[in-house]
Amino acid sequence: MPDDNLVIAALIEKHKQTLLRGWLAAQKRDGGASDSADADLSKRFLDELRGTAAGQFNDITTAEWKGMRDLLEDFSRARVTQGFTPTQTAIFVFSFKEPLFEMLRRELAADGDQLAHQIWNVTRLLDQLGLYTIACYARTREEVIGRQQQELLELSTPVVELWDGILALPLIGTLDSARTQTVMENLLERLVSSGAEIAIIDITGVPTVDTLVAQHLIKTISAARLMGADCILSGIRPQIAQTIVHLGLDLNVVSKATMADALALALRRSGKAVVDRARPVETGAAGQ
Amino acid sequence: MSEIPILKIGDCLLVSIQVDMHDRLAMALQDDLTQRIVADRARGVMIDISALEIVDSFIGRMLNNIAAMSRVLDAVTVVVGMRPAVAITLVELGLALTGVRTALNVDKGLALIRSIIDDSEHPDARRAG
Repeated sequence: MPDDNLVIAALIEKHKQTLLRGWLAAQKRDGGASDSADADLSKRFLDELRGTAAGQFNDITTAEWKGMRDLLEDFSRARVTQGFTPTQTAIFVFSFKEPLFEMLRRELAADGDQLAHQIWNVTRLLDQLGLYTIACYARTREEVIGRQQQELLELSTPVVELWDGILALPLIGTLDSARTQTVMENLLERLVSSGAEIAIIDITGVPTVDTLVAQHLIKTISAARLMGADCILSGIRPQIAQTIVHLGLDLNVVSKATMADALALALRRSGKAVVDRARPVETGAAGQ
Repeated sequence: MSEIPILKIGDCLLVSIQVDMHDRLAMALQDDLTQRIVADRARGVMIDISALEIVDSFIGRMLNNIAAMSRVLDAVTVVVGMRPAVAITLVELGLALTGVRTALNVDKGLALIRSIIDDSEHPDARRAG
């Protein structure tokens, strides 16, 4: 009934200052932060509530509640970035119940039915608003987690240029499909931009190699081969060598125990040699 | 129907595929290419697919076929200029083109063909060196 809502709106208008004081006190007591920014926010919440309460209470997803939703969304976002807990965030809305019920009890003391009815109304409304706040909070947290995952993905798949024409791909962590995709894309892009012909894939940092990881490695190696680059697998630990054999996997690629061996092979293949500094001088002297 | 040009560089043939391939074009290309390998006594074939954004199983098979045919005629086939996205797609399709040699670009492809031909012509020289 719109009349009910008008009653609430009018009462909020009438007791605005008392409500605000009571609410801030409740927030402080219940562990929600209470500073000037919160006081300002609470005031805006009240204004918004008074303005919108004239409409309907049942559904806060409608257009008329948009102002309130935006307010709570901004609030949740700020709370997430400031590192508040979900409880501390929810208390902002739920602690408003106390002063509001108190006010309703005083105003409607004469009419028990009306009091119960109105308390039910505002409870439902505040619960909805509180749940919405928590939902926003969770969503923002998920966004943060998603962003971090993405960043981790990018951080953990560097392609390093070891020598002119030799790239290294030190893999760290478990290889799943999403990471393989990123690794593959990074490697292939770098192959194009650097014109490298040899890529060393180092799996020292890969904790386990099962059939799935092996399949991902094979895919990466095949894709690099299609681009005209040879791959050398390095950093195979003894346990992993055993696992590969026990699983009956055929990686079909040149593999070396350490990155150093792989680099030596890569240099040899590209027609370069690493020599002791003393020796060429000797041979040079012998030649003269 | 457009025709895919075959360019001669020394004793290599360069085929640059820049249009969408379809059955008849592929058949015509295989026909032309085998004839040119014999006529020019070519030792190497380079297929440049840097212009192709989409390579499906059909083109994959065609590349394999051309490589096999060239091998029969004693010419080395090198596929050059494959894009990263294309390489990923082919691998996901399970087409690793194991019978085909690859290089990053025409330059490297030419060098690869040269080294393979040299190896096959002077196997002893390399061992001695």
